[in-house]
Amino acid sequence: MPTYRQDTASHPPARFPEYRSNVARAPHQPFVLLPQRLGEITGPLLGEGRVGPNDNDLTAGHDGEPQGQRIIVSGRVLDGDGRPVAGTLLEAWQANAAGRYRHDADRHPAPLDPNFTGVGRTITDADGRYSFTTIHPGAYPWRNHDNAWRPAHIHFSLFGTAFTQRLITQMYFPGDPLFAQDPIFNSVRDVRAREAMVARFDLDTTVPEWALGYRWDIVLRGKNPTPLEEEDDDE
Amino acid sequence: MSELRVNSLQTTPSQTVGPFFSFGLVWEDGPHVVPEGTPGAFRIGGTVFDGTGAPVPDAVVETWQADQDGRFDHPDDPRGPVRWKDFRGFGRSATDPDGGYSLLTVKPGPLPVTGGGLEAPHLNVSVFSRGMLVRLVTRIYFPDEEANTADPVLTSIDPARRATLIAESVPHGYRFDIHLQGEHETVFFDL
Repeated sequence: MPTYRQDTASHPPARFPEYRSNVARAPHQPFVLLPQRLGEITGPLLGEGRVGPNDNDLTAGHDGEPQGQRIIVSGRVLDGDGRPVAGTLLEAWQANAAGRYRHDADRHPAPLDPNFTGVGRTITDADGRYSFTTIHPGAYPWRNHDNAWRPAHIHFSLFGTAFTQRLITQMYFPGDPLFAQDPIFNSVRDVRAREAMVARFDLDTTVPEWALGYRWDIVLRGKNPTPLEEEDDDE
Repeated sequence: MSELRVNSLQTTPSQTVGPFFSFGLVWEDGPHVVPEGTPGAFRIGGTVFDGTGAPVPDAVVETWQADQDGRFDHPDDPRGPVRWKDFRGFGRSATDPDGGYSLLTVKPGPLPVTGGGLEAPHLNVSVFSRGMLVRLVTRIYFPDEEANTADPVLTSIDPARRATLIAESVPHGYRFDIHLQGEHETVFFDL
């Protein structure tokens, strides 16, 4: 049976009080190591039934075109060994061009866009490729600290093929001046890992007279090299 | 003998699910690990609490489990084809304004452990919420299971905290509260 490598250095710490709402929610006790057995190396393989034909086009499905800069975000889902993760579900959600989410709890006094919901889904192809057509989300204020603003971002949720690989993350845009003051972005302490959350502008996937292209690859946990059969020594 | 080395890539970091995920992550059938009317199905749910004892209204609880035979319909389960082909095994419930989540499922079978023994019936659980930067992983065990006493995971945990992983029997199923922090902090795992 495969097992998956630890990737602790990539991730934010569980406790990061600069992100204010983390203070009352992050556990205080150390995490207990869970050996990887059948339930950890398997996971939901959610496929075609979850995704409709235009679900990867967030600009579609309304009476008109949404406001904002049209963009195409595409890339590959890979595991930590560079192998494509094929047929895996990606869910994405985001604010509109004005920085407002279609959510009752969003009180930012920016306009909703009747032609934009901000939810997309897709499944990777055999090479792990995905593509979303959407609009560039706006930055928005929040109350974490004085004059706090979230850099523009798109939320992504992925399953991979195992419970160990489950990932919820955010994709950012290159050169955003709001990075320096954002505790969520900066909760990732490793510089390279932080940069890996930032898409790059890509002229090759930019469609003339239509939409700007951004490329963003997502890496899920890789497998350990196949060990000798000695997995029973972990209790 | 040379070992084949592949380029190892750094995993994309986890980020918070944020407060506004519900329009993106909520599925109508999310809480249905099994369809309504499945023999033996019950509700399992509870409340997610923060360290001040306040309910967490913007969390999402996901579960992953074996079928009644203790099998996974997955290529990495070496035991081959399964009997319950339409068993999804996966559940997702966003918390309501009172911090409550609820799923419809069946009790999974026990799982064999490589090298001998059994894992007692349990659900693997992921918890995401605003304020949390990483996924929290926990497990739900059942109160009426003798196999709990020999479960390799439960028995590895400080006895004083073990009870945080065991659901409580209630009239139509089970209750399992999740305490992110505080006196009754749930045991969370590092995978």
